[in-house]
Amino acid sequence: MFKYFPHTKSDIELMLKEMNISSIDELFSTVPKDVFLKKEYNLKSSMSEQEVRNYFKELDKENQELVIFSGLGLYDHYQPAVIDAITSRQEFLTSYTPYQPEVSQGTLQYIFEYQSMIQTITGMDVSNASMYDGTTSTAEACFMACNITKRKKILISNTINPNTINVIKTYLKFKNYEFEFVSSKNGVLDKDDLKSKINSNIAGLVVQNPNFFGLVEDYSGVSDLLHELKSIFIQNSDISALGVLKTPFENGADIACGDCQSLGIPISFGGPTLGYLATKKKYARKIPGRISGYTLDSSGKRAYVLTLQAREQHIRRSKAVSNICSNQSLMVLFVTVYLSIMGKRGLEEVNELSYQNSHYLYERLLATNKFFDPFKQPFLKEFTLETTLSHDLIAKALLDKNIFGGFSLKQFSEEYENLINFAVTEKRTKAEIDTLIEVLEGLS
Amino acid sequence: MIYDKLIFEFSKPGKIGYSLPKHEFRKYQLNDLKDNLRKQEMILPEVTELDCVRHYTNISKKNFGVETGFYPLGSCTMKYNPKINEEVVKSFSFSKLHPYQPVSTIQGALRMYYELQEALSEISGLAEFTLNPYAGAHGELVGLMIMKQYHISRKDFKRKKVIIPDSAHGTNPASTIFSGMEVIEIKSNDQGMVDVEALKEVLSDEIAGMMLTNPNTIGIFEKDIIEITRLVHESGGLMYYDGANLNAMLGQVRPGDMGFDIMHINLHKTFSTPHGGGGPGSGPVGVKNFLVDFLPNPRIKKLDDYYYIANESKAIGQISNIFGNYLVELKAYSYILNLGKENLMNIGKYATLNANYIRVKLSDYYKLPIKGNCMHEVVFDGLKDNPNDIKTLDVAKRLLDYGMHAPTIYFPLLFHQSIMIEPTETESLQTINSFIEVMKKVAEEAKSDPEMLRNAPHETPISRTDEVFAARKMIFTYKDYLDFMKNKE
Repeated sequence: MFKYFPHTKSDIELMLKEMNISSIDELFSTVPKDVFLKKEYNLKSSMSEQEVRNYFKELDKENQELVIFSGLGLYDHYQPAVIDAITSRQEFLTSYTPYQPEVSQGTLQYIFEYQSMIQTITGMDVSNASMYDGTTSTAEACFMACNITKRKKILISNTINPNTINVIKTYLKFKNYEFEFVSSKNGVLDKDDLKSKINSNIAGLVVQNPNFFGLVEDYSGVSDLLHELKSIFIQNSDISALGVLKTPFENGADIACGDCQSLGIPISFGGPTLGYLATKKKYARKIPGRISGYTLDSSGKRAYVLTLQAREQHIRRSKAVSNICSNQSLMVLFVTVYLSIMGKRGLEEVNELSYQNSHYLYERLLATNKFFDPFKQPFLKEFTLETTLSHDLIAKALLDKNIFGGFSLKQFSEEYENLINFAVTEKRTKAEIDTLIEVLEGLS
Repeated sequence: MIYDKLIFEFSKPGKIGYSLPKHEFRKYQLNDLKDNLRKQEMILPEVTELDCVRHYTNISKKNFGVETGFYPLGSCTMKYNPKINEEVVKSFSFSKLHPYQPVSTIQGALRMYYELQEALSEISGLAEFTLNPYAGAHGELVGLMIMKQYHISRKDFKRKKVIIPDSAHGTNPASTIFSGMEVIEIKSNDQGMVDVEALKEVLSDEIAGMMLTNPNTIGIFEKDIIEITRLVHESGGLMYYDGANLNAMLGQVRPGDMGFDIMHINLHKTFSTPHGGGGPGSGPVGVKNFLVDFLPNPRIKKLDDYYYIANESKAIGQISNIFGNYLVELKAYSYILNLGKENLMNIGKYATLNANYIRVKLSDYYKLPIKGNCMHEVVFDGLKDNPNDIKTLDVAKRLLDYGMHAPTIYFPLLFHQSIMIEPTETESLQTINSFIEVMKKVAEEAKSDPEMLRNAPHETPISRTDEVFAARKMIFTYKDYLDFMKNKE
């Protein structure tokens, strides 16, 4: 017996008898003998619960929790205690996809609320029920642009996070679509280069704001340039930043996408987070993934259901707009609870505090004369500096003080030689920031 | 107070639910960003913490989870999700680690990934896994990219067709299209299995490979599997195993030993991490030795006792931000350690026992379209004695009234009134028996009170919904809802 197997010996005997067979093995009679597993798996023996705890405790000793001063798409923002309490409820945690609306209104309703929140934050019309992460939602946005325009080439701004770029490249390459990079000037999108590359074969342009360097980009004129040629404008953004920055709608974007990790989801070694995707209503039937819609039940009561399912793989199979089946539903609940708790004012304040903290650090670092700003562009909470100090030395010195920061961008690309990344959220205290400054001041 | 509302409807200007640290550096003003700031209105709820907690607690009660009751959803493996999995995620530092921290500070996290992929390789009979794919469908896409890349690497450029049985999950053909290949669908035979003769007819030097679920989506084992894999391999194609039904095979057969070259596993099904209302899942992809170089970046490797992150030039590329749904992977590893080799060996057996018991006990009441044993799930084709033409949908909805979740319905597509029941190994004989009793009772009601069934459910938070209304009105947000209500007036 084992705690997750409820069958007693007498249960099994009774069941076999009712089925008129003598052993469970008979049920596998159609399996060819040659392929049967001949021996037990070569795995560890069963551990008691206490042993499992101890095992992970030992494993965790090889990890070190650090004070985080870097971002690169994953930000150390504050998580209200409410989130864990709500998302741990078994009704949310252990349920399946809400295909039976009569017993899934909880999930369908929070997805509807989430869609409403993404709509108002991005300024777009319609949001799906979420996708795997910001990189894949951006790749799917590129597919959407190709689908809408019936064109096969995407322009990618090279100020996008290299992970996002890599995922877009993989997706496009295999789908036999093309791409070309638009270069940057002073760390932001080079509009002249864009002008030289845009033409009527271009399905769309993808940009990121704030970009990989943390810089706030200015897209005035970009949407006109694209829309004149009926190309699609895709804006990827860390969603928290959109609480204060110009919205994708205001920038004239057709699709807004990116990651929602910054809204109440722990960094989690990179996942799970969730990717959002929002667009204009006229493209609603081209959206990949699930959508929850308002309806009525047979007694006229307000209800929610998964809708426009004719876009999806379980109905349309090879003609679906995407192969995605699931959404990151539980992570949607993290975001929805976070935004309910924070509200408009809270989201703004998170950005104000992060702005203040990061600008304080920025000024103090420049004052050391060991760090330089190669771009001199506005930023929000993340910034990139140039330094002649050894990046390894910086990492080591900070690690001695339990700090992770000043991440060397060289690890992403040789062209980022000398560049290091900092991100400062509202969670960082003055004491923590001052410690970081002190350590870096002392280096030579 | 009535809690039957949207969170926005509890909102009142001035209420707050959060607390943030004090501003230390007021001299820096966000307003300095001037034209870069938004002017567009943003409407988020303004509620207190108690409003928020009550609201989500109340809507949670309108959901049905595995801990609420029996959840026999076919193809979904709704087994019990052990509490220790959740505890492990919450007790330790994993959720607080940044993946770009110095490698010396994340050795434990990297080791977990490495050990889990090793365990999955052993269970599957394959050489190595990537845990980066986020879900089953994502795993399929990645696996097909590997298949395509393999042929390209051998300069065999014309292999772009993937054979898929008509009984397959919809994700199979959709994933094939998004990997840039074509679908060749083959019909199943009257036993719901791959028709070997039909397969032979489509084999050619343009075939990249074949995708197969085994046990297949009808819940039966493809008895010709050895011949199928041999034929596909002989023609130069690769075999892809859709791990959706792996639960039945645990302790019995390994996909690698059946001749599969590439597969994905749904950790949220077979390895008990919860489904979370539709995600996050996790869809690790495993391959045979000759395909290891094509696994997506980044990879986690080991040198002596040191774990490190590597990017390989032959890889298909990157398909996720970094290491996939890491915390979900952690839960799966907790499950594997907890069960250990002894208990993992028994999962397929008990899951199959439960399904066949249901098959036998209900065969007088519901039509069995396929003769013989099933594996971990059983498919019926509607009611047997059905003078009132009661549909599968009605049966499913009525089950909700009895406190049980509906089985999967209208899938597989091979039958018109499919009811697909997967009890899993974690359900007891008592639970199974009470389900059987309810199913019989519903079959009786179908004769005695058909109208009541057609209007079921009656005991759930809402009754049947108007799906046409939802698709036609396209009300996807609170803003849409307000506009709709305004126009109605």
